[in-house]
Amino acid sequence: MTSIPPVLAAHDVSYSYGDTRAVDHVDLAIGAGEFVALVGPNGSGKSTLLRLLLGLLPPHTGRVECLGAAPNTLRDRWRIGYVPQRRILDLDLPATVEEVVVSGRTARRGWWRFAGRADRSLVDHALEAVALGDLRRRPVGRLSGGQQQRVLIARALVSEPAVLVLDEPIAGVDRASQVLFRDSLLHLVEHHDTAVLLVSHELGAVADDLDRVVVLKQRVVFDGPPAELAATGVSLGVHADDLPRWLEELAP
Amino acid sequence: MHAMGVFATLPLPWPFDRDYMQYALAAGLVVGVCAPLIGVFLVQQRLSLMGDGIGHLAFAGVAAGLLLEVWPLWTALIAAVAGALAIEALRSRGRTSGDLALALWFYGGIAAGVVLAGRAGSGGTAIVPYLFGSILTIDASDVVTIALLGLGIVATLTLLGRVLFAVVVDEESARVAGLPVRLGNSAVAVLTAVTVVAAMRVVGVLLIAALMVLPVASGRVLARSFRSTMVISTAVGVVAVVVGLFAARAWGLAPGGSIVLVAAAVFAVTNLTGLRQRLAGRSRHDHDDVHHHGHHGHHDHHDHHDHHDHGGGGHTH
Repeated sequence: MTSIPPVLAAHDVSYSYGDTRAVDHVDLAIGAGEFVALVGPNGSGKSTLLRLLLGLLPPHTGRVECLGAAPNTLRDRWRIGYVPQRRILDLDLPATVEEVVVSGRTARRGWWRFAGRADRSLVDHALEAVALGDLRRRPVGRLSGGQQQRVLIARALVSEPAVLVLDEPIAGVDRASQVLFRDSLLHLVEHHDTAVLLVSHELGAVADDLDRVVVLKQRVVFDGPPAELAATGVSLGVHADDLPRWLEELAP
Repeated sequence: MHAMGVFATLPLPWPFDRDYMQYALAAGLVVGVCAPLIGVFLVQQRLSLMGDGIGHLAFAGVAAGLLLEVWPLWTALIAAVAGALAIEALRSRGRTSGDLALALWFYGGIAAGVVLAGRAGSGGTAIVPYLFGSILTIDASDVVTIALLGLGIVATLTLLGRVLFAVVVDEESARVAGLPVRLGNSAVAVLTAVTVVAAMRVVGVLLIAALMVLPVASGRVLARSFRSTMVISTAVGVVAVVVGLFAARAWGLAPGGSIVLVAAAVFAVTNLTGLRQRLAGRSRHDHDDVHHHGHHGHHDHHDHHDHHDHGGGGHTH
């Protein structure tokens, strides 16, 4: 990569559940402003790798670096924007879109402080970016799945992260929402130099805009530009059963 | 009464014209505000029975205090806080389900309380006021203690409220962002214990959890935001205390039970009418989506379908 340290890096990282090795000696680096997808079939270890990269799991071998530091020693943790799967939202949570998005600013501001005007304007901006400005006072439980996904993205955006990590953001989201979602990610990458790591089993509408695709099947089996992956005969396109099918056929 | 002399009898209307009713009202209002405030977080974390479990530990603490002949509120506070932190430690390590962890303390606490109270002499009757509450025997020094505990609860929630909210939205994201999640969870446990001790003389250990849960159950139905859930839940708690004390004086009822019955009645009413409101809200929501789609070119209507399709994302690990 470049001479500046990568925003997220795994060096020879492994993790096992009992005797089952989920992640096997993985090396991975994501530089500032890179748009990378981490794909893999079911059970390929991509969720485990995601948790390792975020510092939620300690690796059994190797080490992880977030913004040049070990995850548990990193002080400005809010610089990692994490967008979990939308299913984590409790549909009975009595909270509005705006309240959930404001909460993404808590760590950045200092958790003991109340939200101020600067926070509000960032929230407005993020809600506009994901086209939810009109729904800000609606309880999150009353939103559609695609809208909830966008709430979680806006919540991550308000901390102005250096890297945005998204867990399965496309699954079950319709094509139109995917395009909207792709546009807001591209805006971030191009205008804010934010690195984006998308963890998914499908690429949908974002396929054409990626800098790199990393294919994981316990180990990294491919790491390169999408065109190179396409040259192997795998179409990443939108209708694509191709990628998931190819991933399933990959030898262990 | 202690010769505090701090509190003159205020010129309040019946039934709060007498000083013992005013002490009861002051202590009751503190509890009516604090119990729902902490309850909002407990209910959202599926820990509705936490107050009950800790109440039983506080009961053991009271019995120990009677046995040792020290002020039972202090021993209750120590037992409740220590127990709350132990429950939280078990829960956070996932060693045992929250359910079983609570059951352990629940029965262990009450059994220890019974044994200790039996040893404390006077046939264990001194413990009865703590079981069922004895708000009408509260004196000025009790009011001061309860008010200080209440102040501590409100101050802590003011400081940690944003962290606690981030945790109820998603604990893992809060951890990734570097928020003090463990501090927040421990604070909820300790505040629950403090609330239990503050409420012990008001409604009794048997009914404390009710004041933490019932007003919140009403608030959640009526409110559309987290902030209004807290406001409405607190308001229900305050109304329950005032109406409950009124009823207790007017008809000679047990005050603790009356307060909880009022909260239960509000819960029943809001949930019956709230159900209808919710159903209405749902259909209005569907309509909104179509509306938005037509006018703003949003995609709400389309992706509304996957609202019902949570299986769509479940492929990984």
